[in-house]
Amino acid sequence: MTLLPPQFFDWFAAKGWSIHPHQSEMLARSHEPSLLLIAPTGGGKTLSGFLPSLVELADGAHAGMHTLYVSPLKALAADIKRNLGTPIDEMGLPIRVEDRTGDTSYTKKRRQRADPPHILLTTPESLALLVSYEDAPRIFAGVQRIIVDEIHALAESKRGDQLMLALSRVQAIAPNLRRVGLSATVEDPEAIAHSLARHPDPCPILHADPGPDPDITMLVTDEHPPWSGGGAKYSIPAVLDLVKQHQTTLIFHNTRAQAEIYFHNLWLANDDGLPIGIHHGSLSKDQRSKVEAAMVRGELRAIVCTGSLDLGIDWGNVDLVIQIGAPKNVKRLIQRIGRANHRYNAPSKAVLVPANRFEVVECVAALEAAKAHDLDGDPKGAGPRDVLCQHILIAACSAPFDASELFSETKTVGAFSNLSRAAFDDCLEFCATGGYALRAYDQWKRLKEVNGMWQLRDPRSAARIRMNIGTIFDIERLKVKFRRSAKSLGEIEESFAATLTAGDTFLIGGQIVRYEGLNQLTVEVSRQKGRTPKVATFNGTKFATSTQLSQRILTMFQRPDWSELPTHTSEWLHLQRKVSKLPETGRILVETFPQDGREHMVVYGFAGVNAHRTLGLILTQRMEAAGLNPLGFVVTDYALMIWGLNAVSDVAPLFDPDNMRDGLETWLAGNAVMKRTFRVAATVAGLIERNSVQGRKSGRQATFSSDILYDTLAKYDPDHLMLHITREEAMRGLVDFGRIEEMLERTRGRVDHIALSRVTPLAAPLFLEPGRIPVFGEGREQMLQERAAALMHEAGLGDL
Amino acid sequence: MTDHAFTFCGAQLLARADGTLWWPDEKLLCVSDLHLGKSERIARRGGTLLPPYETRETLARLGEAIEATKPSCVICLGDSFDDLGAAQAIDDTARKTLTRLQSGRNWIWIEGNHDPGPTQLGGTHQFDFCRANLKFRHIAQAGGIGEISGHYHPKAVIPHIGRRACFLLDEQRLILPAFGAYTGGMSARDDVLSALMDAKGIAILTGKRATPVPLSACLKR
Repeated sequence: MTLLPPQFFDWFAAKGWSIHPHQSEMLARSHEPSLLLIAPTGGGKTLSGFLPSLVELADGAHAGMHTLYVSPLKALAADIKRNLGTPIDEMGLPIRVEDRTGDTSYTKKRRQRADPPHILLTTPESLALLVSYEDAPRIFAGVQRIIVDEIHALAESKRGDQLMLALSRVQAIAPNLRRVGLSATVEDPEAIAHSLARHPDPCPILHADPGPDPDITMLVTDEHPPWSGGGAKYSIPAVLDLVKQHQTTLIFHNTRAQAEIYFHNLWLANDDGLPIGIHHGSLSKDQRSKVEAAMVRGELRAIVCTGSLDLGIDWGNVDLVIQIGAPKNVKRLIQRIGRANHRYNAPSKAVLVPANRFEVVECVAALEAAKAHDLDGDPKGAGPRDVLCQHILIAACSAPFDASELFSETKTVGAFSNLSRAAFDDCLEFCATGGYALRAYDQWKRLKEVNGMWQLRDPRSAARIRMNIGTIFDIERLKVKFRRSAKSLGEIEESFAATLTAGDTFLIGGQIVRYEGLNQLTVEVSRQKGRTPKVATFNGTKFATSTQLSQRILTMFQRPDWSELPTHTSEWLHLQRKVSKLPETGRILVETFPQDGREHMVVYGFAGVNAHRTLGLILTQRMEAAGLNPLGFVVTDYALMIWGLNAVSDVAPLFDPDNMRDGLETWLAGNAVMKRTFRVAATVAGLIERNSVQGRKSGRQATFSSDILYDTLAKYDPDHLMLHITREEAMRGLVDFGRIEEMLERTRGRVDHIALSRVTPLAAPLFLEPGRIPVFGEGREQMLQERAAALMHEAGLGDL
Repeated sequence: MTDHAFTFCGAQLLARADGTLWWPDEKLLCVSDLHLGKSERIARRGGTLLPPYETRETLARLGEAIEATKPSCVICLGDSFDDLGAAQAIDDTARKTLTRLQSGRNWIWIEGNHDPGPTQLGGTHQFDFCRANLKFRHIAQAGGIGEISGHYHPKAVIPHIGRRACFLLDEQRLILPAFGAYTGGMSARDDVLSALMDAKGIAILTGKRATPVPLSACLKR
């Protein structure tokens, strides 16, 4: 290793370590303008990123900032600071490392601007804020390298887009800046490389040895999984056994509510009193750090967790990952499994626990995909324009800018490389005047053009813009506390709190509490023993099963037999094949049958839960118009079931693509999903301020709901940029119309309608699915009239 | 019937579902907190550039209420404009609409904390206004009897329903909801309002129908 200076070589030797091949390759190619490293967790990924910086800084010649490190988690920045301290201290390197996040003190932040450290560890939001300062050119003057850690996680969200836009500004200040991305295993490294590099620079990709394949199995117990639901309570004894057999186990769940319930049940059965903790995003920061610390000290045998542990600090002694519920997405499964056994070159061990019978099929499909290294992921759309709007405002805070220059700079960002000048100008116009059809603000523009340079009309607005930087928005949350206690148990969504009345019980932090009342901004609760809780519905996000995984399941259905499935599940599929049909990739299977006095229609769309919900709303709307009197529907990741008063005899016209798009238009306009999406987009774009200079808005009198803005725009300015952005976002997010289009494309009008006299095996679990959505139409009105008439009759008033 | 009829200090009044108050015997329509020109004021002060349509929307709704009741007197109970600058900056379309709405009837601007002086927009400007046993002013005063006011933008928070702008009514006082398109609200059970209203009072929710509920059924926020 000639590249490694002697003092580094000696340090490695003294530790008894040898440098990994990918670490030395990163060092050898550190001159590349962009470089992406794909490495499994535990592969010394972070050191690979920093080694070139440490080497370049070792002679003490560099003054000012040399390396920027950006990670998605504040905690990770703090952790890296500790980890870098070891080599720097032990080799006596003249390098100053500091972190800067939302938690850093005001004085320290000011000092950092005046005297930047050699290595600054930060987050995308804190970097965007730094870029907005007037002295940004001085702060970033000599920067040589930027390391983007966990870039695969950032690339999936707007935070990544914001980061890359901020980077384009830093690059303009420091043209020699070299970019390094560190990523876990992903399905499309080229896409990540494209987002990292300065467009159109190339971005070579280095692959570290992925290590041995993980050892993944599915849990099979004597007790069969239930027909529906997500609790997986049946698995508790088996899971406790697994925990006993391993040193430390992570038990992943797909939602916080499921994690809470499982944790509760686990404790009820935990006769040996194994130390088991819980960790998810709704728990208070205190509580989370307590669990993390206990974990680091090796005091916990298991942690029940959610996506909040998908990233983060390396815990060397995790030797088993259990995934409760179908993994929904193979890539995320693989990354979660990577959390087990961070010893390089040892296989990670994982167990999948299907929560119901259908998930058995999905788990086996996921196992096969993982073995075939077939990762899923949706191609990312073009750079989101609400983030661009925020970026334009940030640029204006820093200094007056030339629109053409900022446009060219924006196009160096991979995600925005296809941005048209017209689209950019729309965003600039929105930032400057609001972009309304009614030209109201010529006098009070936010940005004005002076001698060809755009700048803030009112310099005081810079403070307001800076306070609202960022692209992640939590839904309004309320703290939960015991009465007369200062300690917070965690947080619940305001909308969930609004549904509670005194005496209601819910789970938080693994304990059942009783709702007592609201005290200002705090939910007051008391302890409640041994009652079944009202299910906690906090955390609304529900991941849909990925397109690729759905495809695998459909393909599996076409096998003649299923020896890979437990008997209880293969018999179930055989029975379905006998009485009806199994769904196929290129066709839509629709079953109709009467049950419990209502006509039912089941559509096996395999388009994911969000798309099915949209489909349900569109179909019931069309059935209502056709006089079929639908009463309600329920959705899962694989199917949609609608029930009503009349049987559907002609199914095909319902799936006509043109009709469906028309139906969507009508339905979208007044939809709550759109309003929710609008709120986020409008906040990112700077139309709505979350934080005001006077502190968080408290007086309700002055603030009003963003729904009002949405309704006003839809009524008076339907062609406004914000409405276009909202639509675009909703289509790929909560409305997920893309998946419906995909379904229509793959089936091309080939609808198999099977009319039956009774429910089919595949449809049966849908009757147990929670979350039924009522349709308030003529059917329900008719039922009400009938019921009212019956009551009148019973009371002897029938002749009136 | 979408209104809620009640007797207040001897007067037969109707709380309308749209948030206006109608006094049929006097042919008097009362509306509070229009906050016209709010988006302009925020923009002028270097804030965000909100969709500049709230004046148009608010006046359109007021026009509908006037069309439905055909009052001989309209009382705007203060904070009709988001500030006096906003009143000056109001565009020609809105001026014309106002003139049309005012023609053939008595129009009284009660002054509010946002608009404490007269505007050049027709009507009469007054601090308060009395008729029969009733006294109209912007902000409720301690010990006020037969008093009709606005200012607080009361909203009722009802479990399982959500937040709705509402009237607050007890034996002595009536507080109107804010009528302006861009207005938020204060919980009907907020301490400030609890200090003014009798706990046995009612909230009359606006929306599709004016619906009375006991004040005690509303949540604190």
